[in-house]
Amino acid sequence: MTAPAAAFDKALALITRVRGVRGAMLVAAEDGIVVAEQLMEGIKGPAVSALAASLTARLRRAMEAAGVGASLFWHLQAEQGALLVVPTPAGTLVVAVAEPDVNVGLVRLELLRAAEVVG
Amino acid sequence: MTTRAVETWTLEPLVKFVKEAGARLVLVMTSAGQVLAQHGFSRAVDVMSAAALGAAIMASTDEMARQLQQPPFAALNHQGERHGIFLAGLATGRGRLVALVVYDLDVSSLGLVQLFFEQLAADLQAASPKESVPKQVLAADFERQLSDSLNTLFGR
Repeated sequence: MTAPAAAFDKALALITRVRGVRGAMLVAAEDGIVVAEQLMEGIKGPAVSALAASLTARLRRAMEAAGVGASLFWHLQAEQGALLVVPTPAGTLVVAVAEPDVNVGLVRLELLRAAEVVG
Repeated sequence: MTTRAVETWTLEPLVKFVKEAGARLVLVMTSAGQVLAQHGFSRAVDVMSAAALGAAIMASTDEMARQLQQPPFAALNHQGERHGIFLAGLATGRGRLVALVVYDLDVSSLGLVQLFFEQLAADLQAASPKESVPKQVLAADFERQLSDSLNTLFGR
């Protein structure tokens, strides 16, 4: 049996190996606290995790209000990068911080794979 | 919800913190429980109780840390079903202060409170009067000062 920490590292490595990904994190959705991270220097992990979790909670309410069910994946594109998030059923967020020209489809695929590993 | 301060330099950082962290109730006080600013409390008795309990918890954890021969614990978080309580010390020119934050779990989170608490600590440090000596509260003046503080905190 793989220890959780090793499994989390492996899940994050799946994401960070994609070209253009600057970092990946597992975040406790309820608390906005970092569970595990692999980030390049300069990315403020605790800030990204807290704000991503807050945004996820608000998006969830918007989805519920719109009657479209739970959020499966979200992608925020900014001038100098992108934030991509997959919430897991167990309440963890798999988060990637990426370059603006990253292959979003590939990152999404790896985020979903990582979410399966994390559960 | 109103934010009020006995010491005006605490007001702006506190207003900013409340807005950003989505805090429901906040007390900024000395380690002895003397309140410098508050947000969200509507009754003086609640402020007095919360300040006394918060200061007592900080004193207890400081003593535990001392017995473990460790530096004082930075922060304490206690989470319930709907609310969380965050209690932490911060250094200012006015001496060591304590912040007690109560947040709703459906509005905020520990991560957000922690994140913006760091900013609050930096803002209070920057805004605090330099080289000021905290006023000694004499027993004879205690009740009057407490009454004055509570009047200010509740806009009376």
